[in-house]
Amino acid sequence: MSIWEYANPKKFMQTSGLLLPWVTGLAAIALVVGLIWGFFFTPADYRQGATVKIIFLHVPAALMAINGWLMMLVASLIWLIRRHHVSALSAKAAAPIGMTMTLIALVTGAIWGQPMWGTWWAWDPRLTSFMILFLFYLGYIALWHAIEDPDTAADLTSVLCMVGSVFAILSRYAVLFWNQGLHQGASLSMDKTQHISNVFWFPLIVCMGGFVLLFVALLLLRTRTEIRARRLQALLLRERMA
Amino acid sequence: MIVLLIRDLRLAVRSGGGFGLGLAFFLLVAVLVPLAVGPQADLHARIAAGILWLGALLSCLLSLDRIFALDHEDGSLDLLATSPIPLEGVAAVKALTHWLVTGLPLTVLAPALGVLLNLPPDGYLWLFLSLLAGTPALSVIGTFGAALTVGLKRGGLLLSLLVLPLYIPTLVFGAEVARRGAEDLAIGVPLALLLAVTMGSIALLPFASALVLRINLR
Repeated sequence: MSIWEYANPKKFMQTSGLLLPWVTGLAAIALVVGLIWGFFFTPADYRQGATVKIIFLHVPAALMAINGWLMMLVASLIWLIRRHHVSALSAKAAAPIGMTMTLIALVTGAIWGQPMWGTWWAWDPRLTSFMILFLFYLGYIALWHAIEDPDTAADLTSVLCMVGSVFAILSRYAVLFWNQGLHQGASLSMDKTQHISNVFWFPLIVCMGGFVLLFVALLLLRTRTEIRARRLQALLLRERMA
Repeated sequence: MIVLLIRDLRLAVRSGGGFGLGLAFFLLVAVLVPLAVGPQADLHARIAAGILWLGALLSCLLSLDRIFALDHEDGSLDLLATSPIPLEGVAAVKALTHWLVTGLPLTVLAPALGVLLNLPPDGYLWLFLSLLAGTPALSVIGTFGAALTVGLKRGGLLLSLLVLPLYIPTLVFGAEVARRGAEDLAIGVPLALLLAVTMGSIALLPFASALVLRINLR
């Protein structure tokens, strides 16, 4: 039993078809529980008031924005090395989800920033690098749409994704160098025991889990759609040839 | 490879206007910005370095689609791909040609436009040096973008969408060197980082460009 078995579109369709309702259901449960818990059953922060609660959307969306790109990078590498079509299609399917997550993070951040920082937008390194990440997503999606031959498109976007990753990281540190920021430092990290007050921490964890599941659910759904579209195209071509 | 370089240089200089257009565009940017932001000289002095960097970057962008497009249309790109020169070398030579006909003239012209924008006297040397260090990276990255979009009919707009995000690190460090130079601050760190970005791009991106070209010529 190897993971590469799922590179077979048929096997992938079977397994993802079985998984999809479960993942979707779990994502829905986690999001409903996490968001309701976060919005209604946490106390207002003593300095930020109720605005702190936007964290339950903002942080998970930002998390998935970055991890979405990471997932595309891994899928692109798999496509370039082993040439599994499912992998290329999943990278294609992930891009709009990641872009939407980036947009959610930017917009919720702006909504939070208006009462807290007194401005919708500041040229802070984190904000700027998210805007840059958004531009990278935009370019990647545009390239997918511009090229007609699917294999060429998959190849080119994979290379763009790899080169883009390097430049995205470079840009991240470049803007960090360019402007010291307004955004608070990371409150969550792996190497600290106490991150934020447990009252906020538990619902946040549930929301983050919910967003991960939501990402996976959307990704499976979109990849299945892409595979079906590809099959349909193959059928149409075959019919035209006959 | 030297033959290819000379051929490309000849083509670039002779093929009606492509050579001077970038410079004219650069001049236009330097003239239009004061018209847009108002005639205050102190404001110009503050933003001059950034404007000139941005202008140089945009002029570079204008001529990118010519790097491979003409060769692709008349088939000489296929000949180059099957020639004994490695495709990586071809990509590097193309980037070098682009720099010689775009980046280098822009670098030389930039201090002259600095006069228009009231650049502080300390800034000229550093503006020149930062452009000299940064424009090669712009050409190499641009060559990669041009290679990505070579087969497309209307790749121009897509090309800028793909290339501009990749230009961000170069722009940040380059403009920072020029700005700090103009304000007489220490420039060591951004200059080192700018050189690092340039050298890294020159060393690695021709391989990516060649890879992409092979895919496009398949």
